[in-house]
Amino acid sequence: MDITSLTAIEMRENLLNKKISSTEIIKAHFDKIEKMEQDINAFITLTKEEALEAANRVDEKIKNGEDVGLLAGIPVAVKDNISTNGIRTTCGSKMLRDYIPPYEATVIEKIKSEDGIIVGKTNMDEFAMGSSTETSYFGLTRNPNDTERVPGGSSGGSAAAVKAEEVPLALGTDTGGSIRQPASFCGVVGIKPTYGLVSRYGVIPMANSLDQVGPFGRNVSDATLLLKVVAGYDERDSTSMDVDIIDYLANIGDDIKGMKVAIPKEYIDLEIDSNIKDRFIKAIKLFEDLGAEVDEISLPNLKYGLSSYYIISTSEISSNMSRFDGVRYGYRAKDYSNLDELYKKTRSEAFGDEVKRRIMLGTYSLSKGHADEYYKKALKVRTLIKNDFDKAFEKYDIILGPTTPNLPFKMGEITDPITMYKSDLFTVATNLAGICALSMPCGYAEGLPVGLQIIGDRFKEINILKAAYTLEKNLGGVR
Amino acid sequence: MVSKKDVKHIAELSKLEFSDKELTYFTEEFSNIVEYVGELKGIDIDEVEPTYNISSKIQPLREDNIKPSLPREEVLKNAPEEQYGYFRLPRVMD
Repeated sequence: MDITSLTAIEMRENLLNKKISSTEIIKAHFDKIEKMEQDINAFITLTKEEALEAANRVDEKIKNGEDVGLLAGIPVAVKDNISTNGIRTTCGSKMLRDYIPPYEATVIEKIKSEDGIIVGKTNMDEFAMGSSTETSYFGLTRNPNDTERVPGGSSGGSAAAVKAEEVPLALGTDTGGSIRQPASFCGVVGIKPTYGLVSRYGVIPMANSLDQVGPFGRNVSDATLLLKVVAGYDERDSTSMDVDIIDYLANIGDDIKGMKVAIPKEYIDLEIDSNIKDRFIKAIKLFEDLGAEVDEISLPNLKYGLSSYYIISTSEISSNMSRFDGVRYGYRAKDYSNLDELYKKTRSEAFGDEVKRRIMLGTYSLSKGHADEYYKKALKVRTLIKNDFDKAFEKYDIILGPTTPNLPFKMGEITDPITMYKSDLFTVATNLAGICALSMPCGYAEGLPVGLQIIGDRFKEINILKAAYTLEKNLGGVR
Repeated sequence: MVSKKDVKHIAELSKLEFSDKELTYFTEEFSNIVEYVGELKGIDIDEVEPTYNISSKIQPLREDNIKPSLPREEVLKNAPEEQYGYFRLPRVMD
């Protein structure tokens, strides 16, 4: 049995049937990691010792006939901006290269309480700012489909690790597409949950009103399994919502006949890679064949999505990043003669260019004389975008779109920041509206995966999961 | 158009510093980004309410119960410099 090729759900079944042990699962994955990492570099930190100890505990439980959790024995990789107690958490930055959190993020507690096993922390764009994982202080991560190309970002390490079968499941974070875009580029499933579904406690923030944690898996069911585990109200996150969480996996196979599907004409009209448009149109056709009712709609304010996203996110970034001042944790410059110099030198030496650019844009947007015409204006546009989606969801269950306007690009190919920002063209609006969305593979072009984005209303994850599950089943061959 | 002087001012507010060489290319890049996002300036939406946060929930209040927090030594472990159980900093007042 090739353990690493199994789905997470299959691993658990084999574990419960005593065909394999948790220790075997973990060892097989570390063997794979040791083989792949030279090419992929998905991980910043590996936690083999802790993982083997955890596997041993799961094996003991099974041996003693005790109940085990939903993720029993399943290896999980975690993006390196999610705090892990006692395990280095760097955010892909020189600033936090030696930072060891003294507490655990809620999502990590939840994974552990379901007997999931953390195998390491994955590479990412510095402080999650980027769309290619090229801004990491810890080097590039390569796309397992073509190692000359980027895995997407900012959760590029998590997406690549899942694709390369280094792990079956991983966590990422998505502020403007940072789960869905790398899922699309690597050819895996990535879910950005509704704002408030998953606790952000212990997640090092980028833009608090937009950030959400979400899962990656090689198929819809696996990603759904991890979503189920991490979702839920947390009193330690005041934006977390106390909603009933249904058993997604039990309902995911429901028929989608009669499901109301909307296609924004703005998505069709945009100039995008013709391969992506082609796969997108084929996916729409497949939904029609499966009995869904497909209509074209208009989301007229989408065109302002990218600009308002970059103003709002950088404004929140500039505020968030002020905590990194060389005083309480993280890097501190060596030479300084007073407090102001300590701040400036520390921040200038330890932040990369993209982080500096975004702090600057945010500071500019919030500064005296500009706040009304930039920040306030962007927040008003956000209202318009949210209203567009709210109106669409009065009538429709899901909205379909491409995940990205282009196929995975080559390392170093994009150097202009604005061109890079445009990678997020299709993904940012859902964060602004706080709704849920996922990306799933819907075919390959030139040997590279193409992602389909399925968007749903707030807390209606089941609709996008059902649609994705049915589509996956009927696409065939996509695991 | 954003000038070098503007960039220096924003950098000061951001507690960042740039060398003269960095300042030249950074000003150009920054200028392009500000121009790009500036497309919003022309939209006439004065009457629309801003959305700061999508959650409709009013910030909940909780009982002010005393609970254990992180031990001091744990908190100080990540500090670049500490002394007598405090974060150590250069002199702030002359």
